[in-house]
Amino acid sequence: MNVSLTILELAVVSLGIAILLVDLWLPEQHRRLLGYTAAAGVGLILVASFLISVPSAEYAFGKMYVMDPLALFFKRFFLLAGAIVLLLSVEFSDRIETGIGEYYTIILFALSGMMFAASANDLILVFVALELITVAFYVLTSFQRNNIKSLEAGVKYLILGALASAFMVYGIALIFGTANSTKFGDILAVAGSVSSNPLFLLGILFVLVGLGFKIAAFPFQMWAPDVYQGSPTPTTALLAVGSKAAGIVLLLRILFSAVPQIASQWTSLLIVISGVTILYGNLCALPQRSLKRLLGYSSIAHAGYLLLGVAAVSMAGSSAILYYLLGYLFTVLAAFTVICIVMREVDNDDISSFEGLHARSPLLAATLSLAMISLAGIPPLAGFFGKFLLLKAVIEQGANEPGYYCLVIVALVGVVISLYYYLGVVRTVYWTNPSPGQASILVSTPVRFMIYACIVGMLYLGLLPNAAVNLAIRAVQVFHL
Amino acid sequence: MSHISTITFLLLWPFLGAIVIALLPRDFRLAIRAVALASTLFSLLLAIKVFLQFDASLLAPQFVQKVLWVEAIGISYHVGVDGLNVGLILMGAIVAFAAACVSSEIETRHKEYYFLLLVMIGGILGAFASLDLFFFYFFHELALIPTFIMIGLWGKGENRIYATYKITIYLSIGALLALIGLIALYLHAGGTTFDMIALTKQLSDSPLAPESQHLIFPLLLFGFGILVSLWPFHTWAPLGYAAAPTATAMLHAGVLKKFGLYGLIRIAIPMMPEAAHSWMHVLAFLCLGNILFCGFVAMRQKDLLLLIGNSSVAHMGFAFLGIASLNLIGITGAILVMIAHGLLAALTFALAGYLYRQTHTLRMDQIKGLLPQIPFVGTVSIMALLAGCGLPGFANFVGEVTVFFGAWKQYPFVTALSVWGALVIGGVYMLRAIRTIFHGPANEGFNKMTDAVNPLTRLPYLLLLGSLLCFGFFPRLLSDKIKPAADAVAKLAAVARESSQPIESTEATVTASSKIASSVPTSKQ
Repeated sequence: MNVSLTILELAVVSLGIAILLVDLWLPEQHRRLLGYTAAAGVGLILVASFLISVPSAEYAFGKMYVMDPLALFFKRFFLLAGAIVLLLSVEFSDRIETGIGEYYTIILFALSGMMFAASANDLILVFVALELITVAFYVLTSFQRNNIKSLEAGVKYLILGALASAFMVYGIALIFGTANSTKFGDILAVAGSVSSNPLFLLGILFVLVGLGFKIAAFPFQMWAPDVYQGSPTPTTALLAVGSKAAGIVLLLRILFSAVPQIASQWTSLLIVISGVTILYGNLCALPQRSLKRLLGYSSIAHAGYLLLGVAAVSMAGSSAILYYLLGYLFTVLAAFTVICIVMREVDNDDISSFEGLHARSPLLAATLSLAMISLAGIPPLAGFFGKFLLLKAVIEQGANEPGYYCLVIVALVGVVISLYYYLGVVRTVYWTNPSPGQASILVSTPVRFMIYACIVGMLYLGLLPNAAVNLAIRAVQVFHL
Repeated sequence: MSHISTITFLLLWPFLGAIVIALLPRDFRLAIRAVALASTLFSLLLAIKVFLQFDASLLAPQFVQKVLWVEAIGISYHVGVDGLNVGLILMGAIVAFAAACVSSEIETRHKEYYFLLLVMIGGILGAFASLDLFFFYFFHELALIPTFIMIGLWGKGENRIYATYKITIYLSIGALLALIGLIALYLHAGGTTFDMIALTKQLSDSPLAPESQHLIFPLLLFGFGILVSLWPFHTWAPLGYAAAPTATAMLHAGVLKKFGLYGLIRIAIPMMPEAAHSWMHVLAFLCLGNILFCGFVAMRQKDLLLLIGNSSVAHMGFAFLGIASLNLIGITGAILVMIAHGLLAALTFALAGYLYRQTHTLRMDQIKGLLPQIPFVGTVSIMALLAGCGLPGFANFVGEVTVFFGAWKQYPFVTALSVWGALVIGGVYMLRAIRTIFHGPANEGFNKMTDAVNPLTRLPYLLLLGSLLCFGFFPRLLSDKIKPAADAVAKLAAVARESSQPIESTEATVTASSKIASSVPTSKQ
C-alpha cells in the first residue's frame, strides 16, 4: 500500500473537512473569508503539486490507483479549475441564503472525486470516483433552494445521473463477469480472448454510456442545457469544466489503457457519436436566448470536438484532447465569471441582459468576447490551437479510413454554425448601448485578478503553445496505443 | 537566431501600436490616432526599406527570421521576403498607412476601432510575410474578428448586420477548407514541418502521390477561391465592402483578399503541380465568371459602392487567369494585378468613403455633377475609375496586359473574352459612373460639398494614386523583382506538365485520378 501517493486528494478532503468545521464557529459576517481560504488552500495544493514528480507510473491500493504523468496533469487541471470556481463561489455567495460553508465543502469533495478519477486504474475506483462527483453535484445543482429552476436542475440531474450510474454498474458487472477482474491491467491482458464475447462488449458499451452522460455526448446529452441553465453559476462552471474533464479522462483511461483493441475496432461508432454530438450541440445552440443554456448546448458541441480526439484513437488525438481541455478551462471559466457578475444585477441570463456591456464594464465585455472567440476557435486564442491539433489528429487517420474525412467535414460545418451564435454574443455585448437604468458594473479585486488569469491563460495557450503541447504529449505516453 | 529581421519589426509595429492603444485611456483620442498613424508609418518605412534593399538576383528568401515555435509538430515562426511577396508587403503597408489616415471619419469608440484596425493590419502583413504554413493561416485568421466587429460597429447601410454575418461566415468556410487542405498537405508530406521553403523543396524532389494531390488541391483551390471571391463564391464581397467602414473595405478588398491568390501561387501550385495542371482548366473557366458575370452585375448597379465592389470581384478574374496560365508571364502578371488592384481598390474605397461621408448616399441617381464642387477628390476619383478600366499609365494596365500575354497561348478563347470583359464591360460601367457622378448638372441638395484641402487629408489619396502611377510607368520596379521567383514556380509547374502530358489528353478530372495513379509510374521515369 502506498497511501502517500494520494497526498493531493487527502489534502483536498482535509481542507473540505476543515472548512466544514470552521464554518461552525465562524460568525456570519466573516463567511466570505471561508471561501477565500478554500480557494487559497486549493491554490496552495496546486503549487505543492509541482513538488511531486512521477518519472514512471506508481500504484497504490493493489493497483487500483495509479499515479502517472497523465494523472498528475489532470490533478493539476482540476485543482486549477477548483481554485477558480471557489473564487467565483465567493462572488456568488450573497445569492445563496444558507449553508455557504457547505457549498465550499461540497465543491472540495467533488474536486477530490475528480482527482481520484484522474488516477483510476480499476473500474471500481472509476465508479466510486464518479459517484463522489455526481452525488456532490446533486447537491450543488439545487443549492439555491428557493429558486424553482435550480431545484428543477437538481432533480433532472439526479434522475438522469442515477440512470447513468445504473448503466455504469451494470456494465462493470458484465465486464467483471466475463474478464474476471475490474483492474485495467488484467482486462488488457485477457481482452484478446474475451473481446469476441458479446457480454464483454455490452459491458464496455454500458460503461461508455455512463461516461457519455458525464461528458454530455449525444444521445446522452439531454440533461445538459436544463442543468446548465438552472444551477447556480459556479456549479455550472465546475460542471462544464471539471465534470466534463473527469468524464474525458476516464474515457481515455478505459478505452486506451484497458481495451485499446476494442477502441480501434469501434472507430466507426466513435466517429458517428462525435459527429452527431458536434452537429446536435451547435444546431441546438443557434436559437437559444439564455446565455447559460447556450453555453450548455455549446458544451455538448465541445464534447463532440473532444470526441474527435478519442475517435482518432491515436497519441496525437489524445494529446490534442488534453491541450483542448486546458484551453477550454480558461475559456469557459472566463465566460461563467462574466455571467456570474452580470447576473448579480439582474437575476436573468437572457442574452439581452448583456446588451451594452461594453459601456458598463469594458473589462467584462472584452473577457466575454475573448471567451466566445476562443470557443469559436479563432486565433490567437487557445481554442484555435486546440481545434487545430484535434483536426490534425483526425486528418492523420483519414489515410486509413475515409470516414475520418467525413468527420472533418462535419466538424467544419459545426465550427461554421457555431460562429453564428458565438459572434451573436459578441454582437450583443458591443453593438448595443445600455438602457438608461443600467449602471456600470464593479468588479472586486480578487475576481479581477481571476479574470486576468483566464485571459492570460487563453492568450498564452494560443500564442505560445509549445510548453503545453509537450506537457500533453508527455502525459499521454501512458496509453497503450 | 540572435538577430531580429527587419520583417519582424515591420510586423511588430502594428501589434505594438495595438497594445499601446489598449493601455491608453479612452479619452486620449488624439494620442490614440497618433499611435495608429505612427505605427503604420513605421511599418511602411520598413517595407520601403525592404523593397529597396531586396536583391532580385538571389532566389532564396531574404530578411529571414526563423524561430522554432511548437517543436513537437514542426511549426516555426518563419518570416522572410522573396520575389512573390516583396511587392505585396509593400502594397499592404501602403494601404495600411492610407487606411489609418482615412480613419479620421470614425467618430465613436476610437480606442476599440484603432485597436482592431492595428490587429487587422498586423494580421494582414503577417500573412504575406510568413514562410510557414501555420503562421500563414494564423495571421490571416487574426484579421477575421476585427473585420466582423468593425463592419458591425462602424459600418454603413441598412444591410449591415446581414453583410457582417455573411462576410464572416463565408470567409470562415473558405479559411477552414484551406486549413484542412494545409493540414492534409503537411501530413501527406510526412508530417514533420510546416515550413513552406522546406516543403517546396522536399515536394519538388519527391512529389506527393497523385491521389494525395487530387485530394488536397481542390480543398486549397476552393478554400482560397472563396477568400478571393472566386465566382460563384463571390457574393459576400460586394455586400461586405459596401457595408464596411472605409478603412476595413480598403484593407480587405485591397490586401486581405489577395491572401488566397498568394496562397495558390506560393503553396498550391509549387507543391502540387500535377493536380494544378488538371484543375487549372476549371479555374480558367471560373475566372470568366468573375470577369464577365460580375462585370455585367457591376454594370447594373445603381450604388457606387456596390459598383466598385463588384468591379473589384471582376478584377480578381484577371489574377486567376494569370495563375491558370501556369507560365512565367502569367504568374508575374497575376502578382502585378494583385499589387495594382490592391492599391486601386484601396483608392476607390477610400474615395467612395469620402463621398459617402459628405452625401450619406452613393446612389448614382441621386449624386450628380460633383466635380465642380470637389475638384481634388473628383479628379482623383476619375483617375481611379479610369485606372479600373485598364487605362495605360496605371499599374493595372501593366498587370492585365501581362496576364493576357501569359494566358493567350493556353486559353485563347478565355483570354479573348476576358479582354473584351476588361475593355468593354469595364469601360462601360466605369465611364458611366464617371459621367453620372462627376459630370453634368449638380443635383439639388448636394451642393454643399467640401473638398479635401488639408494636405494631411489629401495624403492617403495621393500616396495610393502616386504608387499606381509609379508602378504604371516603371513596372520593372516590380517585375524585375517578381520574375525570378515566378520563374521558379512556373518551372515547378512545367516539370509536372511534362510528366503528366499523357494524362491531359484524356481530360483528367478528379474521378480520373485512378487513371493518373496507374499512368504516373511510367511517366516518371
